[in-house]
Amino acid sequence: MKADIIVDTKGLACPMPIVKARKAITAMKTGQVMEVLSTDKGSLNDFRAWVSQTKNELIAHEEQNGEYRFWVRKL
Amino acid sequence: MDEKSQKTTIVLFSGDYDKAMAAFIIANGAAAYEHEVTMFFTFWGLNTLRKEAAVRTKKGFLERIFGAMMPRGAEKLGLSKLNMAGMGPQMIKHVIRKHKALPLPQLIELAREQGVKLVACTMTMDLLGLQQEELLDGLEYGGVAAYLGDASDGKVNLFI
Repeated sequence: MKADIIVDTKGLACPMPIVKARKAITAMKTGQVMEVLSTDKGSLNDFRAWVSQTKNELIAHEEQNGEYRFWVRKL
Repeated sequence: MDEKSQKTTIVLFSGDYDKAMAAFIIANGAAAYEHEVTMFFTFWGLNTLRKEAAVRTKKGFLERIFGAMMPRGAEKLGLSKLNMAGMGPQMIKHVIRKHKALPLPQLIELAREQGVKLVACTMTMDLLGLQQEELLDGLEYGGVAAYLGDASDGKVNLFI
């Protein structure tokens, strides 16, 4: 999936993944897609909750060998 | 922040490194949730906001003793459990680095960057003999009414 911006939070612990994601998404235009990489085991639940609360859209996510990838569209 | 934004408030009463860390992690998370976040510091929680360097102030004897016995700043706080005369904090800081979590001083820095409002309770500052010059710059000062003003609209209000 093509993302407009990639935010790499691999190795960082809570709350850094969502703090970095928020910083990045603030600078984006509506409709753009952000891809977030994370190795934080709580990040699936964190991102689901964060995306719905901030009224954006989680288009897709995947997990491979403990590495999470999230695609978020800014609404 | 727009008017629709939700509010989170946290009272930090405790002066322990671990509890302050939990408070600042939640504050930073809430800020990333686009909440307006207010942290209200009272009693031992005020020590989190002390400057590390000694500040020359005019104080009475008791206030001076209090000032000398309390930790000066976030880096100096002890742990609520397993403090072991200061060994605990060294160990936890090592583990924090290992897991690439943020240590408390950086969590405070990040919270300020994210626009978290830090309010020091003036009544307990008087009790503990802490003066504004001894605390970090750029804080707000208030009492219970200032806190309740924010907490009344808060969806998340915590006492730590």
